Amino acid sequence: MKSFDLQVKNVSKSFGEKAVLKGIDVFIKDGQFVTLLGPSGCGKTTLLRIIAGFEKADAGEVILSGEVISNKSPAHRPINTVFQSYALFPHLNVFNNIAFGLKSHKVPKDEIEKRVNAMMEMVNIVDLKNEMPATLSGGQKQRVALARALVNEPDILLLDEPLSALDANLRKKLQVELKEVQKKTDTTFIMVTHDQDEAIAVSDRVLVMYKGAIVQDGTPEDVYEHPVNRFVATFMGECNILESERVTDKLAKVAFGELVLEKDPQWAAAPEGKCCGGIAIRMEDIHVCTAGENFDNNVFDARILERIFRGDYWELIAELPGVGNAESLKLRVMTDPDEIYNPGDQVKLYMEPQYLQVLAD
Amino acid sequence: MSKKKLPFITVILSIIGFILLYLPMFLVVEQSFNASKHGQSWGGFTLDWYTGLADNAMVQTTTVNTLILAVVSTIIATVLGTLLAIGIHRTPWGKKMQYFYDMSINVPVVTPDILMAIALVSVFALFRSWTSLFDPGMLTMVIAHVTLETSFVVLVVQSRLVSIGKDQIEAARDLYASTAGAWFRVIIPQLSTAIISGALLAFTLSLDDFILSFFTSGPESQTLPLYIYGSLKRGISPQIHALSSIIFGLTLFVMVLMVFRGIRKERKLARKL
Repeated sequence: MKSFDLQVKNVSKSFGEKAVLKGIDVFIKDGQFVTLLGPSGCGKTTLLRIIAGFEKADAGEVILSGEVISNKSPAHRPINTVFQSYALFPHLNVFNNIAFGLKSHKVPKDEIEKRVNAMMEMVNIVDLKNEMPATLSGGQKQRVALARALVNEPDILLLDEPLSALDANLRKKLQVELKEVQKKTDTTFIMVTHDQDEAIAVSDRVLVMYKGAIVQDGTPEDVYEHPVNRFVATFMGECNILESERVTDKLAKVAFGELVLEKDPQWAAAPEGKCCGGIAIRMEDIHVCTAGENFDNNVFDARILERIFRGDYWELIAELPGVGNAESLKLRVMTDPDEIYNPGDQVKLYMEPQYLQVLAD
Repeated sequence: MSKKKLPFITVILSIIGFILLYLPMFLVVEQSFNASKHGQSWGGFTLDWYTGLADNAMVQTTTVNTLILAVVSTIIATVLGTLLAIGIHRTPWGKKMQYFYDMSINVPVVTPDILMAIALVSVFALFRSWTSLFDPGMLTMVIAHVTLETSFVVLVVQSRLVSIGKDQIEAARDLYASTAGAWFRVIIPQLSTAIISGALLAFTLSLDDFILSFFTSGPESQTLPLYIYGSLKRGISPQIHALSSIIFGLTLFVMVLMVFRGIRKERKLARKL
């Protein structure tokens, strides 16, 4: 069986003075659901448009199944796109929108009928067959756009912020559907999004982009639990960042004392007394000790300053007094709804070494 | 639902407005049925002026001339104008050049017709020194009308074109359409209403043009407005009123038709929603 691996080789792109992509290298295996995640202006959409063929790279190559496609027009690439605006053709009904690509390829009429119907069934829009795009809701348009791209059985499907125009509930629902469709069709999906929850929910692999470069490449768990730097750590969700100094291979000095770490190669390589990018710990990874609980290390005294109700959890603001002449530090801590702590309570916080992530910068 | 009562002043103002707009036209229609040839007094009802038109050979030839001129110039101007609008929209020479084109398209629209007519006459005179093709006649009139109408078609088509996002072309290209295919299958169909509006505008411009025709016509290519103007010198014949009434009636008919079509379309859309 042919495999449709995509390789992006050293791709750079500038608009005028501004370098938007700085030598991007990615290899995407056939059948993966990959997300390009980053804030606006990080170059993720430009990279997608270069893969689609709407934009030409200044340097570098795009290679699909071993063939260089950098100079091919979008019409000659076995790649289809779901546009952010959906870009449905307003003068054609749903059926003819979906059939557009097949008609371009002069597929016989009865086969078009068969494939379009099958695709409409897959994304649950059979009864919209004769509707015009103007009469469709946002979610329906999204499905039509997806069907219109997938019916061509592309090697790769590109999705440009496909769910950004929808409200939160529908977005969650369609995330699940998107993932299902990807599994069913066994097609490589490359999705651009700025929403880290969405990226985590659907992807097999997340490429975090920042200022025209890929800063981290890994599974959603990897990127969330082991962010490489301060940007990724904070972009992927609420995160405490502790300024730190290296003491030994497994020991860091922070404002409220000394932290025992798991041995981290990056940490070990840093010279003694030197700062790194800090140590990140997510608020759900800080444990509030109950009476009688005991740990060998990394337990610190703290005072609760505030308690914020977040629906399915409590967010606590805890103040940890500084050691020596260091100032006290405020951390955000997550607790279960049934664990009630009040402002003013004295507690002990435990930070398990495996959740303490050393950041590069 | 009870109807809201309109303020008195609104009613009065709108009545005055209607009178100002329609009284002259009403008088023309009234005169066309008036048996008395001169003066404003009512001499009884007659259809003579209408039947007289049927025997008037000049009216018939000038009507045919007017229609030929309008149809031919509209077709040419619509095709040219649409192509031009698309060309300007896609110009590869940057924004500055686009502004320049936009401006040059606007010039014939804002230039007084009389200036344009004189300019055209001079050009035709120049060309005439090489070929007799540019002797005043149908050809020079068609050229003159196309020159004016094209700009209007461009303006109408252009305003629709800019509202069609560039993602439409990209989507078509993404779905394997050639560049030409993208235009014919996606953009032109979306432009169709604008193209038709442009064509209608061009057609009416041609129908009621007097100045350009006056300067560029030859003895064999008199149009209806020219004929009416000519016969004015002999005093207004009630036949002219009859002719005007027919034109007015036809215009009204087309207008009503279009309004009803619009209403039907809206109802259809409303039902769907």
